[in-house]
Amino acid sequence: MLGKLTWAAIPFDQPIPLVAGGVVLVAILAVLVWVVVKGHLPYLWDEWITSVDHKRIGVMYVLLASVMLLRGFSDAIMMRAQQAVAFQAPGFLPPEHYNQIFSAHGTIMIFFVAMPFVIGLMNLVVPLQLGVRDVAFPTLNSVGFWLTATGALLVNVSLVVGEFARTGWLPYPPLSELTYSPGVGVDYYLWSLEISGIGTLVAGINLVTTVLKIRTKGMNYLRMPMFCWTTLASNLLIIAAFPILTATLAMLILDRYLGFHFFTNEAGGNMMMFMNLIWAWGHPEVYILVLPAFGIFSEVVSTFSGKPLFGYRSMVLATMAICIISFMVWLHHFFTMGAGPDVNAIFGIASMIIAVPTGVKIYNWLFTMYGGRIRFSTPMLWSIGFMVTFIIGGLTGVLVAVPPADFLLHNSLFLVAHFHNVIIGGVLFGAFAGYTYWFPKAFGFKLHEGLGKAAFWFWLVGFYVAFFPLYAVGFLGMTRRMQHYDVAEWRPWLLLASVGAVLILIGIIFQIAQLVVSIRDREELRDHTGDPWDGRSLEWATSSPPPVFNFAVLPDVRGEDAYWAQKVRARQAGAAKSDIEYRPIEMPRNSPTGFVCAFFATVTGFALIWHIWWMVIAGLIGAFATFVVFAWRDHDEYEIPADEVARIDRENISERRDMISAAGSV
Amino acid sequence: MNILDPQGPIAAAEKTILIDSVGIMLAIVVPTIIAIFAFAFWFRQSNPRATYMPAWAESGRIELVVWSIPTLTVILLGGVAWIGAHELDPAKPVEGTGQGITIQVVSLDWKWLFIYPDQRIATLNTLTVPVGAPLNFQLTSASVMNVFFIPQFGSMIYTMNGMTTRLSLRADEVGTYQGLSAHFSGDGFPDMLFDVHVVPQNEFSDWATKTARGDNALNADVYKELVKQSVPKDKATYRLDDPELFQGIATRRIAPGPGPEQTAKIGAK
Repeated sequence: MLGKLTWAAIPFDQPIPLVAGGVVLVAILAVLVWVVVKGHLPYLWDEWITSVDHKRIGVMYVLLASVMLLRGFSDAIMMRAQQAVAFQAPGFLPPEHYNQIFSAHGTIMIFFVAMPFVIGLMNLVVPLQLGVRDVAFPTLNSVGFWLTATGALLVNVSLVVGEFARTGWLPYPPLSELTYSPGVGVDYYLWSLEISGIGTLVAGINLVTTVLKIRTKGMNYLRMPMFCWTTLASNLLIIAAFPILTATLAMLILDRYLGFHFFTNEAGGNMMMFMNLIWAWGHPEVYILVLPAFGIFSEVVSTFSGKPLFGYRSMVLATMAICIISFMVWLHHFFTMGAGPDVNAIFGIASMIIAVPTGVKIYNWLFTMYGGRIRFSTPMLWSIGFMVTFIIGGLTGVLVAVPPADFLLHNSLFLVAHFHNVIIGGVLFGAFAGYTYWFPKAFGFKLHEGLGKAAFWFWLVGFYVAFFPLYAVGFLGMTRRMQHYDVAEWRPWLLLASVGAVLILIGIIFQIAQLVVSIRDREELRDHTGDPWDGRSLEWATSSPPPVFNFAVLPDVRGEDAYWAQKVRARQAGAAKSDIEYRPIEMPRNSPTGFVCAFFATVTGFALIWHIWWMVIAGLIGAFATFVVFAWRDHDEYEIPADEVARIDRENISERRDMISAAGSV
Repeated sequence: MNILDPQGPIAAAEKTILIDSVGIMLAIVVPTIIAIFAFAFWFRQSNPRATYMPAWAESGRIELVVWSIPTLTVILLGGVAWIGAHELDPAKPVEGTGQGITIQVVSLDWKWLFIYPDQRIATLNTLTVPVGAPLNFQLTSASVMNVFFIPQFGSMIYTMNGMTTRLSLRADEVGTYQGLSAHFSGDGFPDMLFDVHVVPQNEFSDWATKTARGDNALNADVYKELVKQSVPKDKATYRLDDPELFQGIATRRIAPGPGPEQTAKIGAK
C-alpha cells in the first residue's frame, strides 16, 4: 500500500533532524492557524497563491529563497561546527548524517536559494524595466514558481521522512547507483530536481520570450537596461542547459528504477559520461546565476554614481560572450581524470578566456564610478564589496583553470573556498544588492539603512574570515567533505573558519532585524515618489508598489536610461503635462493552475520516491486534469475601466510631479 | 601534506606554475582593487573637489585598454597552461635514478590496495617506494570513484572502475609522507589515508624480498573480504598470489565491491 514507506523512515533515533523538523513543522502549523483564525486565507489565496502578477510571483520566489537560505545556512553552521570538533574525534555528526548535510547544503543553496533569488528579482523587475504590463506567459510563470517550491518542499520532507542523498550536491555514479546508495536519499534528490528543473525551464522560456517579444514603444535592444540583457543571456542559458540536467538525472533514474546501465559499474555503464553531462549543465549554471547578478550591479553602480553605465555596448558584448563561452569549458571540472594534455590545455585556456569579458565588466563598473557622485547606500556597499571580492574569486578561478595547478588543488578546500568566493561574493551579494535596491519598488517603503549596513559589514568580514582559512587549508592538502581528520595543522584554520560562520550568522540576524524593523517603521520609510534612489530605468517611472497594470500609459522610450531622460526633460520643460488620455486595460485573471499543478507534482514526486505506484498514477492524473481544465478556460482576462486607471494614476502622478518640479527648481 | 613544500620534481614544478600564475594575475588584480577603492573614495558625493561628469559614459581608448589588459594576461597564462599541461601530463614518464617501479593502485570501500606486480607483493593502506626512482602508477577502482593523491609528490588522479588511469611521480627525499583520497566515496571516505614510506633503493629491494617471502598471501579469498565495505584498523603487507589481479579488477573480470546491502548480507551469513 505504501511502497517502501514504513515507520522506520522516521529517524526517531536521531535527535537533530527530528527536532529541527519538529520545530519547522510547528512553525508552519502556527502560521497556518494564525492565517486561518485571523481570516487572512482568502487574501492569501486571491492575492498571492493564485496570483499571476509577475511582481507577486517575483516576491514569492525571493521569499522562498530567503527561507531556504536559512535552511542551507543551518547546514553550513553544522558542517563548520563538526569540522571544528572532529579533530582526532568522531564529532557530533556521524558520517551518514554529515554526508547528508553537505549534500543538502549544496543542493539547497544552488537550486533553492541562488536560483529562486535571481529568478525572483528578474520576474519582479524585468517587465517594469521594459515598460510593459506583464510577462509573456503569466500562468506558466506561476506554474514555474510552484514547481520550484515543490522541489524545495520535497528536499525538506527528506529531513524527517527517510533521508537525503549522501553523495554530494552532484550525485556522481557509481556512488549514486542502487548498489552503493540503496536508500531513498538519492531518489529525493533526483525527483526534487526533476520537478523543480521543469519549473526553472518554464521560467526561462517565459523570461526569454518576454525580453524578445514584449517591450514598450521605442525600447530597442540597445536601449534595454543592462539587467534586461543579462536576464536574456541567463535565461537563454537556462533553456539550453536545464534540459541537459533533466535528461542526465532521468538516465540516473532509469538506472535506479528500471535496471538500466547508463552509469553503472556493470554492463558497459560509464560514470565519466555522467560527469561530462552533468557539467555540461553545471558550468553554464554558474553563469545562469552570476549573469543576473552582473546586471544588478550594473544598475546599482550606475544609479548610485549618478551616471550612465560606462561602455554599455561593450557590456552587452561581454555578456553575450560569457553566455556563449560558458558552454565550452565544462571539462575543467575534471582535469584530474586523465584526459590527455591537449584536451586539458584547450579547456583550461577556454576557461581563462571567460575571464576576459568578466574583467571588462569589472573595469566598466570602475569607470562608471569615475566622474560620478557616489552615494554609499546599502546596495552600493554590496556592489563595491562584490567588485573587490569577486576579483579575488576570479583570480583563484583562473588559477585552477591552469591544469598543473589544478592537479594540486582539485577537490581541495581551496576549490571550496574559490566557488564560495564567487557564489557568495558574486551571486549572493548581487541578490542582496538587488533585494535592498528594489524592495521599495515591491513594497512601497525602503529598508532600514543602518541595519542593512550592519548586515553588509558582518557578511563581508564574515565571508573573508570563513573562507580565506579554507584557501590556506587547501594548500595544506585538505580535501573537501571530511567528516573527521587527524592532521593537526588543519585545525587552527578550521576553527577560524567557524568564527567566520558565526560572523555571517550575525549578518543574517541583522538582515532579519532589518526586515522586521522596516515593516514596523514602514510609514517613516514610505517611498511616495516611486523613485527613492534617483533611478534611471523605467521601473522607477511608476509608483511604489506599482499598480497591477504597472503603467497606466505605456512609456515611450527615446534612448538609454529612459526614466533619467524623462526626468531631465521634465526639469527643462517644467511640470509634466497632465492631459493624458486613459484607456481601459486588460489584465490576466488569477489562476490556481500553478498551485494545484504543484500539489499533484508533490504527490507524484513523493510517491515515486517511496515506490507507491497507485499514488503516482493518481498524482499524474491530477496534474493532467489540471492542465486540461486550464486549457478549457473561456475567459482568462479581465478589464480595468479607464476611470479606475485614471484615478490610480492621478494619485501617483501628483506626488511625483512635486518631486520633479522641486528638483527642477534647484 | 603541504603542497607548498614539495618532495619531488612533479610537485615542485606544479608549485612553481601555481606561484607564477598567481604572480602574473596579481600584477593586474592589485592595481584594479586599489583603483576601486581610490575611485569610490575620490568620487564620493561629499567630495567637492571631484568633478561630476553626469553624461560621460564612452571612451574608445579606455575600452581598448580594458579589453587588452585581461586579453594579454590570458594569452600569457594560456601559454603557461599549454606548456604546463603537456610537461606535467600525469601519464608522462618521469626521469629518475635506478630501476623504475610499477605500482598498481586499487581503491576499495574504504581502503587502498597497492600491488607491486614485479616484486610479487601487495600492501594495504601503506606504500613503500625507493627514493629517486621513477614511480609508474596504474590506477583503478574496485567500487566507486576515488582520487589518489600524495600532496607533497604532486598530481592527483581519479580511480574509476573498469578503467585504468596512469600517473608518474618521483620522491626525492627519504621520509614518511601522507596520502589520501581526494574524492568523496561514502561513509568511510575520511579514513582512506595511507602512509608513504620513501626509503633508500637498497632498503627497498630488501623490504620487497622480505615481504615476498611472508606468510600473508593475497589470494581470491582475501580479496573477497577486502572488497566488502569496511575501514581496516591495521595496515597489511601481502605476498601476491595472482600477478594478474589488477588487470582482473580493471577489466571487470573480478566483480566490483558489493556495496552496503550486499556487505550486510554476506556479513550475516
